Amino acid sequence: MSEQVRLRGGEPGLAAPTVPGASRPVSPRRRGPLGWVDVRGRRLGSWAFILNRLTGLGVLLYLYLHLVILSQLARGPAAWDSFVSLALSPAFLLLDVVLLFGLLAHGLNGIRVTLVGFGLVIDRQKAMFAAFMVLGALVLLVGALRIFTTG
Amino acid sequence: MSQSQPLPSAPPGAARAAADTRPVRFRVFRWKKGDETPHFDEFTVGAGPATTVLDGLVAIRTTQDPSLTLRHSCFHASCGTCGMRVNEREVLACVTNVRELGTETVTVEPIANQNLVSDLATDMVDLYGRLDVVDRPLIRQSEIHPDSEVADGVAEHGRFEDCIECGLCLSACPIVASDPRYLGPAALAAAWRVVDEPRGRDGVAVLALTDDAQGSWRCHLAFECSEACPSNVDPAAAIMLLRRRSAGERLRTILGRRDAR
Repeated sequence: MSEQVRLRGGEPGLAAPTVPGASRPVSPRRRGPLGWVDVRGRRLGSWAFILNRLTGLGVLLYLYLHLVILSQLARGPAAWDSFVSLALSPAFLLLDVVLLFGLLAHGLNGIRVTLVGFGLVIDRQKAMFAAFMVLGALVLLVGALRIFTTG
Repeated sequence: MSQSQPLPSAPPGAARAAADTRPVRFRVFRWKKGDETPHFDEFTVGAGPATTVLDGLVAIRTTQDPSLTLRHSCFHASCGTCGMRVNEREVLACVTNVRELGTETVTVEPIANQNLVSDLATDMVDLYGRLDVVDRPLIRQSEIHPDSEVADGVAEHGRFEDCIECGLCLSACPIVASDPRYLGPAALAAAWRVVDEPRGRDGVAVLALTDDAQGSWRCHLAFECSEACPSNVDPAAAIMLLRRRSAGERLRTILGRRDAR
């Protein structure tokens, strides 16, 4: 009948979820950044929120990887040519498609976030998200075809 | 605690509905002061076509486990006290039909991101404190109609604005979940009312308060607060409008036209 519930620590501050008498803070669920990606019971706005966070982290990671890869230039033509041959492999091209997905999702949703975040077209935010994602999917499709056909 | 029990004190004329009663399993969050860990208890309740989650919980407390703690009052979505999480979503239990949930098991939890008091009851002091920060504009005084009869001792009527202080928006917001310093949707929606319609309060000061990294700018547009709100307050829209007003004020300041309004 009884089922244990996993506890998750809360943070100190205005709304620290402390249970009176308990030895440590307790909250029923979804405390901390891991709660950002908990989609149970969430709606479209949360999906947009999660997508923006994940793609944002992905694009940030890419920027650092890009700098590391560019540093190959300092190691001379041989090192760079070696990287270029790797970059033309199908697996690497697939990563390019993933990168394009991240850029499109984050960039297009970023336009929505900017507009809505300054109090514009608030009541159309769901439709705007759907429209931008459809647009992004079309561009991603064309981009993926070009990536794989032109190398 | 898994025996099926009919709802107590069925209303008159409910015989036909009683014949249509089906057993529904309730999985209820339990925690009492001193408990090391929370757990879930399961109960079976007879649910008719009009049975709400709150009806079921009251039936459990009345006929199966009198130690079950929950907050409720009006039974018609006015008081906001029965806000809780049902099947992972923030709802008012009094207007959530059990059968319309469409699940064999109804999982009931207290609202998230608030201090627990006992079982499904949470301490609402945090919410009230947040509302006080923005001058608590929830009650406004309406004019007494000249033809109305006013009871002795009543000087004026108080009319509640839409927010029923249920805390569902705070439970649904992913930013409140991870950053307790964030002022939160309920207080920001209340702040927008002060800014937009000061009614003698200091709207400029309230706008300055919300124009902060932990104020309106902390929102990340998940819009879950507005989805959860049972009273059409639309906190997310209010937060965006606060941002627009704040951005406008900043722009005017940059352009040196702050006093030209």
